[in-house]
Amino acid sequence: MDLKLKIWRQASRDAKGKFVDYEVHNISSDASFLEMMDLLNEDLVEKGEEPVAFDHDCREGICGMCSLFINGRPHGPDSAITTCQLHMRKFKDGETIVIEPWRAKPFPVIKDLIVDRSAFDELIQAGGYISVSTGGVPDANAIPVSREKAELAMDAAACIGCGACVAACKNASAMLFVSAKVSQFALLPQGKIEAKERVQKMVAKMDDLGFGNCTNTYACEAECPKEISVTNIARMNREFFVAKIS
Amino acid sequence: MSNRYYSSLTKKYIMALMGLFLFTFLVVHLSINLLLVFDPTRVLFNEAAHFMGTNPFIQIFQWVLFAGFAIHIFYGVVLQIQNWIARGKGYKRKALSEESIFSKYMIYTGIVIFIFLVIHLGNFFVLKMQGRVPEFEHTANAGMEDMGLLVVNLFKNGGYVIFYVILLLIMGFHLDHAFQSAFQSIGWNHRKYTPFIKGLGHFLAIVLTAGFIIIPVIIYYR
Repeated sequence: MDLKLKIWRQASRDAKGKFVDYEVHNISSDASFLEMMDLLNEDLVEKGEEPVAFDHDCREGICGMCSLFINGRPHGPDSAITTCQLHMRKFKDGETIVIEPWRAKPFPVIKDLIVDRSAFDELIQAGGYISVSTGGVPDANAIPVSREKAELAMDAAACIGCGACVAACKNASAMLFVSAKVSQFALLPQGKIEAKERVQKMVAKMDDLGFGNCTNTYACEAECPKEISVTNIARMNREFFVAKIS
Repeated sequence: MSNRYYSSLTKKYIMALMGLFLFTFLVVHLSINLLLVFDPTRVLFNEAAHFMGTNPFIQIFQWVLFAGFAIHIFYGVVLQIQNWIARGKGYKRKALSEESIFSKYMIYTGIVIFIFLVIHLGNFFVLKMQGRVPEFEHTANAGMEDMGLLVVNLFKNGGYVIFYVILLLIMGFHLDHAFQSAFQSIGWNHRKYTPFIKGLGHFLAIVLTAGFIIIPVIIYYR
């Protein structure tokens, strides 16, 4: 496959960025998107140019490190996958691919396609934890948890914190991320103890960091590589209301 | 505008509750308006309008309704400005994520509804407040205003009919997203009931819009 690429280049956080056009040739349709980016970078290095900076780590859809807003969609034109799991067969030969960083005020661009997602770390620090010493592994079934609750908590805990929800949302809202964290704890007995405090602190932090407000467009759910459901957002809204009035 | 006073979630709760309250207003408003369609003598409509205009409880509640509109509009604008700021630099390629269509344009449909509201109040409410509504002749109840005549006269003008139909359609788009969104905002999302809420939202949006639209159309062709 031969492809035209339009990639956002920005030398540093404060530098003024711009789109730069590139071409890549003889790309296998079985190559992954990041392998295509690697090939582009090898070309650039050979030519003595600065390679394109992009985030990646495990390359198997677990770590949440890769990002990229590809042709108008976070993680590109496929559903329930991360960019590293995207294959070139999803594109047409000769197609122009526009590659942009996540765009949100709380996610400033560090370099090229890499954004600073430490706002998510700050959200976790605000309350996304259980403050008890964990000790050894408890016996199975020592704390009874219904199967349904366990499944829902596990579904919420599948969030890898990649930020696609923020990138997709027209309001750059972090509601899906925060609600997944709030839910995974609020659903389980260990997390219930601090549930009221947690939801209030995390929401306050989310607002402070400058994320937008949820307008229930559900673009986040559509783009989440782990298919986190917006029912978590409703759960957080309930948790928040109960915490406020009690 | 700051989140120091109310968090984003509190503001969304207020938006949702005010929105649902405005839905109930629309249902009452439509029920009264439809009297004009079913009773061309305007007796029923004028009596209802007279009741709404003189009943002390409704006179007080009218201010609650104005407050409901004001709060919904105020927070709608505040939230939207925060949302625009939150994105910062936008994307070059238009976002293609799958999402509910009308949800993207709530601020714009909202602004159109606000402009419509101002014109609509100018067409009827302001004239009434200024005492410029003619007296209703076909009733024993002396001193009753002929609000129905005001409506009929307005909708004999084809331009106004087209204007109202278009604006009401835009209101329908706003309502279509609004209903289920309000339930999500107040935390009601349930496997069993949410499909019903979504269906009811579409149903209400269609019935309210169609109901309001047939009134000027029928009056024009009558």
